[in-house]
This record gives sequence, structure tokens and C-alpha cells, in this order.
Amino acid sequence: MNVPTENHLTEEQLVLYYYSEASETAGVEEHLGACESCRKAYHSLQRVLNSVDSLPVPDLSADYETRLWSALDARLGRRKSFAARWLLWKPLVIAASMAVLIIAAFLTGRTLERPSNQQKSVADSGIRERVLLVAVGDHLERSQMVLVELANAGAPATGHLDISYEQRTAEDLLEANRLYRQTAASAGDFPTATLLEDLERVLLEIAHSPSTVSAKQLEDLRKQIEDKGILFKVKIFGSQVEQREAAPSKAGAASL
Amino acid sequence: MEDTDSVAVARVKAGDGDAYRVLVDRHSRSVFRLAYRMTGNQQDAEDVVQETFMRAYRQLHRWEARSSFSTWLYRIAANYSLDLVRARKRHAETAIDETPANQGAPDDAIHALPASSPGPDRLLFSDQVQKCVASTLDELSQQERTAFVLRHFEGQSIEEISAALGLSANAAKHSIFRAVQKLRRALEPMVSHAL
Repeated sequence: MNVPTENHLTEEQLVLYYYSEASETAGVEEHLGACESCRKAYHSLQRVLNSVDSLPVPDLSADYETRLWSALDARLGRRKSFAARWLLWKPLVIAASMAVLIIAAFLTGRTLERPSNQQKSVADSGIRERVLLVAVGDHLERSQMVLVELANAGAPATGHLDISYEQRTAEDLLEANRLYRQTAASAGDFPTATLLEDLERVLLEIAHSPSTVSAKQLEDLRKQIEDKGILFKVKIFGSQVEQREAAPSKAGAASL
Repeated sequence: MEDTDSVAVARVKAGDGDAYRVLVDRHSRSVFRLAYRMTGNQQDAEDVVQETFMRAYRQLHRWEARSSFSTWLYRIAANYSLDLVRARKRHAETAIDETPANQGAPDDAIHALPASSPGPDRLLFSDQVQKCVASTLDELSQQERTAFVLRHFEGQSIEEISAALGLSANAAKHSIFRAVQKLRRALEPMVSHAL
């Protein structure tokens, strides 16, 4: 970059010089040494940018890292038992087991039910619902993680973005989702069945996407997630499930 | 630092989850500073930090040791901050009609400072500048704000910023120029007047 004194430095050159990004620092310095007008402009820029540094950032407490780690550790689930971690990675097995359990409980309840034993019937129904509630809640949480990952993935600056991890997870979740949907439908829980049907379509799209996607493909995928509003529905439904789990006594009568 | 980051990441990948704490301890405050400058809100910034480390943990297989771990973290934090700020703005736009008109502009608060504040003139000026910086940053587009914050406060190069934001180097550079122009327009009369 040649910087003759008769041609004043542009604001862009001054900004780049301030941030040590100028392609020819020596040329700019030489010009600033010789040209009062540019020197004034640069000092003015310096004052403005230096004043930006006055913007305060709140002080964090001394135990910030400890508090953060506690919160992260709980969310990362690293302290879960081997069994819990195994289950986390085997949604299909969980789903199948739960489905068998629910159907068995449902059939048992119907066989043993007596018109005079109303209390027992209500209790059985509550247990069945609670089993489904816990299983679906866990399933929705895992599904939400995949959807959030994709909805917020940074656009690939160059080339493609590897979504093979999300894809594999979506494939696993898809199988589980089918079983939960069928179970919910057969138990007459239509709101749950409808949500799971919507979720299934999105999981299917993810599972069938290429394992590496371009920015355009990623955008299309995001659009499908957004258009169906599935992330929002899953979040709302998930929080409802959490509330119901927290209040098991109320879980008897209504659907999920 | 980066070498030790690589070692910690390798340990996490090998199944030593506690090694992740080393990375959290090392980088959380700088991620917080970035997030705060992006969002302008402490609670949001703390949420961004937590979410950034969650995402980084889940996407650790995507990090390539040849790039800087902190730059990669900043990229995640900057993108999540952008999403959060966009969501907040959408929410604010829908809620604005219901907001009473007596909230007052930020500048009004300056005049409401107690007269007993120590060193009132200097403090008032400094407070005014800070408020002006904050409100000008709020007026920048998200791309301008992110590029500027990464360049000015975090010392990231234009190349790193373009990679973080998925922009060309030229677009990143121009985002910074536009941000500086806007800050200059807002602050120059104030800081020149002070001298």
C-alpha cells in the first residue's frame, strides 16, 4: 500500500491501523508522521475507540467457575450410573421395554378390573400413565437436544457441516418415537400421539439427510424444523411432562 | 495455552469427563465477557456461557486441534448470543405496545443520579459515555456488533472473525468499519467535547 501524503488516509485505513490489521503499517506511520490532518483524524478515532473500552463488564463472584461447573455437570449427566448412560444411548431398547410394560400393565388392568374395585382401577391407570410419562419425557428431551443442535448450528463458512452425529441420534430416536406414538395411540392419549407423529416427520427428514450438509441444505433443514414449530411444541410438551412428573398425584385422570 | 487445551480435549474424548472442567475453568470468564458485550445483560450472558460449554461438549468431535479452542468457543458463544438477542428483540417488539411511556430513555437516568455521588462531574461523564457506548452497540446490526466485539474486545483477527461468522474477510471487515462509523458518529461529539 503506497500512502502518499497528498492523498489522505481513509477512515478504513485508520481503523485497520488501529487494530494492527493494516497491510502496510510502515506506510501509514510515515503518512501520519507527515500529515497533520490525518494525525488529527487518527487521534480522534483513537479517543472514540478507547472510550468504548470504558464499557464495564459485571464482576463475577469468586466461585463462579464452581457454580458453573455444578450446573454443567448436572446437565452433562456425567454422574449418571453406567445403566443410565447405557439407556441414554439405547432409546430403542428403552422404548421397546416401556411399550411392552405399558401394554402388559394395560391388559392386566383390563383383565383384573372389577366394577366394585374403582380405586384400584384408578391407581393402575395412574401407574400406566406415569410409566409412559417418564419414558416420553426422556425421549422428548433427547429429541429436543438434536433439534436445538441443528437449529443453532453455525453455518459452515466453507464446504459442508458434518451432521452425522445428529443423524445417527435421529435414527435411534425415530425407532423409539414410532413405538411411543403407537403406544400413546393405543392408550387413547391422542395429544401425545399427535405430537409424536409431528416429531417423527422431522426426525425422518434429519435421518434421511446427507451426513454432511451445505449451508443451503442446513438452512432447508432448519426451515423444516421452524415451519412445523416442532421445537416449540416439544419444549412446551416437555415442560408439561416435567410438571406432571413433579405432581404425580394429579397424573391420574387427564391425558399427557 | 492452546497446547494444554488440546491435551484437555484429548482427555475428555478419551472418556475423562473431569478434564472438561479444566477447559471450563480456563475459558468461562472470557466467554462471559464476550457474551455480556454481545447481549448487554448479565443473566443472558451467564446463560450463554452455560449453553456454550454444553454445546462445545456435545460437539467436541467437531473441534479440530489445528484451530484455537478459544476461537472455536467464541464462535459457539457468538452464534448463540446472536440467537438470544434476536429472540429478545422479537419479544421486545411484541411487548413494546404494552410498555408504559414512563420508562424513560437511558439518558434520563443520567439526570437522576443522586447529587451525593462521589466526583459527580467525572462520574457523570463516564456514565454518559458508557451509556452512549451501550446504546450505540444496541443499535448496531447483529453482524456488526458481533464482528466489532470480536475485533475490539476479544482481539480476534479479521480472518478469525470471518470464519466465526461464516462471512468473507471483506464482509467481516466492512461490518467492523460500519460499527466503528456508527460509534464514531455517536461518541465523537462527546469525547471531543471533553478534551
